[in-house]
Amino acid sequence: MSFGIRLHIWGERACFTRPELKTERFSYDVITPSAARGILEAIHWKPAIRWCVDRIHVLKPVRFESVRRNEVAGKLPAGTVSKGIKSGQIDEVHYFVDQNRQQRASTILRNVGYVIEAHFEFTARADDGDTPGKHLDIFNRRARQGQCFHMPCLGTREFPASFELIESDEQMPSVDDSLCGERDLGFMLHDIDFANGRTPRFYRARMHDGVIDVPPFAEALA
Amino acid sequence: MTAIANRYEFVLLFDVTNGNPNGDPDAGNLPRLDPETNQGLVTDVCLKRKIRNYVALEKEEEAGHAIYMQEKTVLNNQHKKAYDALGIKHEAKKLPKEQAKARELTGWMCNNFFDVRTFGAVMTTEVNSGQVRGPVQLAFASSIDPVVPMEVSITRMAVTNEKDLEKERTMGRKHIIPYGLYRVHGYVSAKLAERTGFSEDDLELLWRSLINMFEHDRSAARGEMSARKLIIFKHDHAMGNAPAHRLFDSVTVTRVEGEADTPARRFQDYAVTIDREAIPAGVSVNERL
Repeated sequence: MSFGIRLHIWGERACFTRPELKTERFSYDVITPSAARGILEAIHWKPAIRWCVDRIHVLKPVRFESVRRNEVAGKLPAGTVSKGIKSGQIDEVHYFVDQNRQQRASTILRNVGYVIEAHFEFTARADDGDTPGKHLDIFNRRARQGQCFHMPCLGTREFPASFELIESDEQMPSVDDSLCGERDLGFMLHDIDFANGRTPRFYRARMHDGVIDVPPFAEALA
Repeated sequence: MTAIANRYEFVLLFDVTNGNPNGDPDAGNLPRLDPETNQGLVTDVCLKRKIRNYVALEKEEEAGHAIYMQEKTVLNNQHKKAYDALGIKHEAKKLPKEQAKARELTGWMCNNFFDVRTFGAVMTTEVNSGQVRGPVQLAFASSIDPVVPMEVSITRMAVTNEKDLEKERTMGRKHIIPYGLYRVHGYVSAKLAERTGFSEDDLELLWRSLINMFEHDRSAARGEMSARKLIIFKHDHAMGNAPAHRLFDSVTVTRVEGEADTPARRFQDYAVTIDREAIPAGVSVNERL
């Protein structure tokens, strides 16, 4: 933990979709390590580093809300695009949203706030130029100034995340009283194992006074 | 077309008078409400649809501005002009064929379709790069004050079925909001724009569409909707020069006319102020409306 960071994130709404409830999206109670990693990567990431989430502090009470929206029923088949390129006609490449429509409800979180504690490790693609100090400085500088590669989001892109760096000598934001005590959040997605055919891996999330200790990815259950 | 080199955030204020800005399918098409605060809501996808429709209207004939996610109503079957047949030239790295092909597909889609270039799209390819993340991100819009939807019963002097001929008329319902001023936040990432080729011209078109999208979306259900204010924050740096939330906090909308607890009925009942002192260095503010 020689180069850990702490990032405070918050937002109006969030949706960390449970993989088993994806059609009518249903959010987990709290942010997943994989979503937290995505937020860190939105601020700074290079192929040389890999973010590892160590701890998640939940700051606000868990509250849900339901939103139903018109969504498209399908994705764009790659074949359609190839045909369009070949024929040179873009008139054939279209999607009629009012004919292929699904109304789907999402059960999302309201008013969330978290602190992500994380560090990074080097991947096989790191070279001599990649020192821990360099990447740590870049991340801290960007997070301090509110800079980002793209605006991080709380699960899905319509729920943007505001973020602030918590300096090493700074106090943690206060945790809501309702989160005191022990809570077992059950099995939660840890992250996706991209090296092995994108299989999801899970961990048993337990919250002590708003704090969830995240085990290393290698220890997560496939 | 070179991609934009600056990060942007924007605040759009729009209002509705005696209309339904965005119906809730869960509540029989009542205007969407935030159950906790009774503020009105308009989803991000609702506004994106209007942006697409505006672009389709303005750029009917133009190459590179087709709309992939079409509604029948804006469909025009006129011949589109010829276009650049190939996608963006990527630096020739030794990529597996699959991935190179996927890149070619996404490149071609980005070049030809404005909405793919702006909002992104998901394409079903075996390779992950078949997903395009667009530079433009919109959040939910919510009203400044709580809104109270009204149910208006209306009659029609005709019937649909012959068996109802005796009745002479049918009753219907409309849900309207007497007045609501809505605020929405948006983000434009310069770095993602590089990947889809979202250019300065596209950005200008986006601003135009935000200002004019309600002008071409009149209907019996909508009532009077109009864009009232578009405040754009431009960062000098591609990564940005300030946290977005601080910029958004500098824009406040306050009630000025009438008693504080009485319902607002006009845009003039509100005042929009930008605290220019609070804008950090390296960010310029532009009021487009």
